Amino acid sequence: MRHAGETWTKRLFLAIACSAIAGLALIAVFILKEGVPFLLRVGPAHFLASSDWQPQAGRFGIYPMIVASLWVTLGAMLIGAPLGIAGAVFLTQFVPPGVTRVVKPAIELLAGIPSVVYGFLGVMALAPLIRDRFGGPGLSVLAASIVLGAMILPTVISISVDAINAVPRSYLEGALALGATRWQSVHRVILKAARSGIVASVILAMGRAIGETMAVIMVAGNAVRVPGSPLDSVRTLTANIALEMGYATGLHRQALFATGVVLFVIIMILNSIATAAVRRRGGRA
Amino acid sequence: MRLPPRHAQRLAVAVLGAATALTLGILAFILASVFQKGLPHVTWRFLADEPRDMCRAGGIFPTIVGSLLLPLLAIAIALPLGAGTAVFLTEYTRETRLTRAIRFGADCLSGIPSILFGLFGFIFFVVFLGMGWSLLSGGLTLAIMILPTIIRTSEEAILSVPAAYREVSFSLGATRWETVRRVVLPNALPGIVTGVMLGIGRCIGETAAVIFTAGSSLRLPRSAFDSVRTMSVHFYILAREGLSAEMAYGTAAVLILSILIVNLAAYGLMHRFISRRAA
Amino acid sequence: MSAPARDASPAPAPAPKVRARGFSVFHGDAPSLRAVTLDIAERRILGIIGPAGSGKTTFLRALNRLNDLLPDCRTEGELLLDGQDIYRPEFDPVSLRKRAGMVFALPVPLPMSIRDNVVYGPTLSGVRRRADLDRLVEESLRAAFLWDEVKDRLATSALRLSGGQQQRLCLARVLAMKPELILLDEPCSGLDPISTARIEEALTALKAQYTIVLVTNNTKQAARVADETAFFLMGELVECGPTAGLFTVPRDPRTADYVTGRFG
Repeated sequence: MRHAGETWTKRLFLAIACSAIAGLALIAVFILKEGVPFLLRVGPAHFLASSDWQPQAGRFGIYPMIVASLWVTLGAMLIGAPLGIAGAVFLTQFVPPGVTRVVKPAIELLAGIPSVVYGFLGVMALAPLIRDRFGGPGLSVLAASIVLGAMILPTVISISVDAINAVPRSYLEGALALGATRWQSVHRVILKAARSGIVASVILAMGRAIGETMAVIMVAGNAVRVPGSPLDSVRTLTANIALEMGYATGLHRQALFATGVVLFVIIMILNSIATAAVRRRGGRA
Repeated sequence: MRLPPRHAQRLAVAVLGAATALTLGILAFILASVFQKGLPHVTWRFLADEPRDMCRAGGIFPTIVGSLLLPLLAIAIALPLGAGTAVFLTEYTRETRLTRAIRFGADCLSGIPSILFGLFGFIFFVVFLGMGWSLLSGGLTLAIMILPTIIRTSEEAILSVPAAYREVSFSLGATRWETVRRVVLPNALPGIVTGVMLGIGRCIGETAAVIFTAGSSLRLPRSAFDSVRTMSVHFYILAREGLSAEMAYGTAAVLILSILIVNLAAYGLMHRFISRRAA
Repeated sequence: MSAPARDASPAPAPAPKVRARGFSVFHGDAPSLRAVTLDIAERRILGIIGPAGSGKTTFLRALNRLNDLLPDCRTEGELLLDGQDIYRPEFDPVSLRKRAGMVFALPVPLPMSIRDNVVYGPTLSGVRRRADLDRLVEESLRAAFLWDEVKDRLATSALRLSGGQQQRLCLARVLAMKPELILLDEPCSGLDPISTARIEEALTALKAQYTIVLVTNNTKQAARVADETAFFLMGELVECGPTAGLFTVPRDPRTADYVTGRFG
C-alpha cells in the first residue's frame, strides 16, 4: 500500500532531476534554431573568414571578432595564469594555514565582484594610464587583457589550489627527506604532479575569459577591425552580440545567434580539453 | 646562472609572495576605489529616491527593488528544481546512464557564458513564449543559470549527512521520502542555504543575462510581467552614458556592499554548519 | 525426555515467533548466509554468537529487511514472522520495521532533542496528541532505564548524552514503537562495563513483553543474558539451543572450539 506512494515520489523527483537536461536542451535548440539557418544560408566559411561586418548592407564576416576574442583571451591568460598559479603555490606551500583561512574568502570576494565594476574601473583608471604611457586610444586589447586577467585570477587560484592539495603529502615528505629545499620540492615534485590540474584551471579560466561580455565591452574599444597591435581597439565576439542585440532584426539577429553558436563551440572545445587533461593523468587533479 | 638552493628559495618565495600580494592588491584597489568614491553618495535619500534628471541625480530605489526581486524569483524556481535534483541523485538512484547525463547537463550549463543565457532568455522567454521583457523572463533565465550551482551545493550538503542517520530512520519504519523530509533535508539545510546565498550573489552581479530578459525599466513593477532594472544594469547604463560619475560610483558601492553582505552570510552559515557537524 | 505432568503446570512451549526455513542471503553472487533453519521463541532472548564475518549481522538485518537497502541483495528460502513470509513480494518492509525495531552497534542518536528522538517513530505512525506522546516518552525511557537521568532535560540535544546513555536512548526509541521484536546488533561493543550492565538489565526486564534477538561477539554476555543461543560460523548456522547446554555440552565440535576460545 505504502509502496505506491513511494513509486510516485520517485517519479516526481526523476522528473525534477531532468530539469537540468531539459534546460540545456532548450538552450541548444533555440540558439541553434536561430543560428543554423543563417550559417547554412551565408555559409560558415564566409562567416568565419570574412572581415567585412556591415549588417545593414547584408555582409556578415566575423573574422575580426574571432581574432579579437583570441588575442584578448590569450592576453588574459598571459597575465592571469602566472599570477594565479604563483598565488596558489604561495598560499598552499609557503604560508601557515591561518593565513589561508583569511585569504580564501578574499579570493572568493574577488570572484564575486560584478564584471561591470571591473570594466568601469578599467575605463576610469586603466585606459587613461595606457593611453598616457603607450599611446593609442587606451581602450584596447591590452586594457581588456589586463582586466580579464584580473577577473580569471580567482578561477585559476582556486582550481590550482585544489590540484596542489590533491598531491599526496608523501611526495613532499619524500623530496624533503632527500635534502631538497622547500622550493626545490615544490617546483620539481609537487608542481609536476599537480600539472594536469593546474593546466585544467588555466584552460577553464580561458573559457570564462572568452565568454566575458560586460567588462570587455567597456574597455576594449569595440572597433571592428583585425588588431595589429595590443594598443588597438577591438570588438570581441561577445561584445558584438551584446552591442547589436538591442536593435538587430531578421538576418542581422540570426547572425548574432550564429556568433553565439561559434562562441559556444569554442568554449565547449576548451572545456573538453580541460577535462581530457585532467582525465589523462588518471583523474588526478 | 645557477643560484645556490637557499638563495633560489628566498627569491622564489619573494616572487610568489609578490604575486599573491598583487592579487590581493587588486581586490584592495577595487574596494578602495569604489568605496572611497561611492560611499559618500550613499545616503538614505540615495537608497530611497528614484533617479531624476536623466539619472544624474536622485537615487536608485527602483533598481534596488529590481535587484531584490529578480534573484528571489530565480531562487524560488531554482531551489526546488536544484535541491530536488540533488535529492534524486543521492537518495533515489544509483549511478546510471541517466545520472551521468544529468550531471553532464549540469556541467555544460555551468560552462555557458552569461551572454548566451541572455540570448536564450530573449529568444525563448521574451519572444517565443511572449513574456516580453519582464521579471518573469529574467527570473526564469537566471534560474537556469544558477541551477548547476544549487545542484552541486545541495548534493554536497546531502551527502554530508551521515548514512547512519538514514539507517536509523529506516529501521524505525520510515519510508524513503519520510527519511529525506525528516532527517536528511533538515540536516543538509545549512549547506543548501549556503548554495542559495551563492546563487543570489551571482544573480545580483549579473548583467548580460538580465539586460536582455528583464529589460531596464525604472518603473516599480506591479506584476511579474513588468520589466525591472537591477543595480548592475543601472550601473552599466550609467557607466556607458557617462552622465554622472557620482551616481555610478554610488551604485557600484551599494552593489558591492550587497554582494559582500550575501557572501558574508553564506560564509557565516558555512562555518556554523561545519562546527555543528564536528560537535 | 518424558516426565509426568506436574500440578504447577509449567507454561506450554511458546509458539515460535520467527521461523527460518532454509533461508539464504546473497550479496551479488556470494552467499552471506546459507540455508539457515531455526526457530525463535516468543518472549525469550535469543543470543547469536560467532566470529566476525559469520553472518550474524546479516541474519539480524534480514529480520527487519534492512538488507533491502543494499544493492544486489537477494534471498532464498523462507523467513516467517507469525507464520507469514516477510520476503513475499507483496509484504511491506516499512510496516515490518515498525514491528521489528533495531539497536545498532554504535549508538546513533538523531541530531535532535531527547524527546524528539523517542517520538520520531510514533509520529511517523500518526500519533499526534501531545499527551499520548508524553506518556510514550516516559514509558519508553523508563523501560530503557534512562528516565531518571534525563527526565529534566528532555528538550536538550541527544548528542550531549554519554555513550551508554545514548545507547539506552536508542533502545527507548525502539520501544516507543511498541514493536514485537527487538533486534540488537552488538549493542554494548562500545560501552563501558557499567553501561553494559544497565543494558543487559533492561533486556532481561524487557523479555517479559518482547521477543529479543541479541547479536554479540562477547560469549559471556550471551551466557549471562540469553535464554537460547545460536552459533553461526562462515554464513552457516552450526548449532542452536538452550544457552546452558550450548556452553557446557555443545553438540558440534566447532561450537566447543569457539566457546572455549580456541578461535575467535
